[in-house]
Amino acid sequence: MRVAVVRFPGSNCEPEACRAVERAGGEAFYVWHRETSLAGADAVILPGGFSYGDYLRSGAIARMSPIMDAIRAHGAAGAPVLGICNGFQILCEAGLLPGALVRNAGLKYLSRPVDVRVERTATPFTSQYRQGEVIRIPVGHGEGRFVAPDALLDQLEREGRVVLRYAGDSADVPANPNGSALGIAAICNAAGNVVGMMPHPERLAESLLGSDAGHRVFTSLTSNMIAEPQGA
Amino acid sequence: MTWRVHVRILPRAGLLDPQGQAVEHALSALHFPEASNVHVGKAIALDVAAASAADAESRVRTMCDKLLANPVTEDYEIAVESGGGS
Repeated sequence: MRVAVVRFPGSNCEPEACRAVERAGGEAFYVWHRETSLAGADAVILPGGFSYGDYLRSGAIARMSPIMDAIRAHGAAGAPVLGICNGFQILCEAGLLPGALVRNAGLKYLSRPVDVRVERTATPFTSQYRQGEVIRIPVGHGEGRFVAPDALLDQLEREGRVVLRYAGDSADVPANPNGSALGIAAICNAAGNVVGMMPHPERLAESLLGSDAGHRVFTSLTSNMIAEPQGA
Repeated sequence: MTWRVHVRILPRAGLLDPQGQAVEHALSALHFPEASNVHVGKAIALDVAAASAADAESRVRTMCDKLLANPVTEDYEIAVESGGGS
């Protein structure tokens, strides 16, 4: 499994993403955003950070980058695409995922652990989790509140495209830290191969750090065993 | 001809605007109880070469739809004034 990690000017989570892929047994390499090819990658990760300084809107400028055509084609071909945090924002701005991510309801930049429930295991990035499992992984964002028109929210729910949902239920972990619609922390496209998530699994992917709760996002990818959709 | 165009972008009406709320609370704390319905957006000014004001507005509308505003979360208004450039 060869994984391209795309670097935009202002990306800052790409070393962690590469390391997480490699610890899961994959091969990771950087692709500069000015490139037009993913160099034969099997999967692509858009890492977190502040591409183009978040100018105009988070992800709004990055989606114009030359590499985006290759990413769009990769996703359209059914190959795995993961956007983490700023990567999720870029995928939304680029139209690979629906909806948008706006300023947190509490206004604060959130850098903290959150609890998220795995709502969908039929994606290339969550197949190694159990349906309904709650994992604690970090978020770090100022614009992470997912919003979409009501009809789209209904559709996402109906089609089982909510991949992760905030699920804190204790005093120290908020139930919905940023005010996202339906508590959405991650969604996927209709086919399930393009996933965007606000939490950072790559930041908590080895037990040396106290937990490896995010590790299975990457073993899901490298094992390439995608669970069948429920009811299929 | 060059037109000076101003784009005013505000959060979509009805969408939670925590920045606007925070500013409203701050105004209230400064004893401006008459201020309400506060929203924080952004303003973009640009020169546009176009044959007419209507053409300039039409082009900027396309720019808004493609880049300047997010169609999911923002509304925008365009004002064209003549005598731009210099």
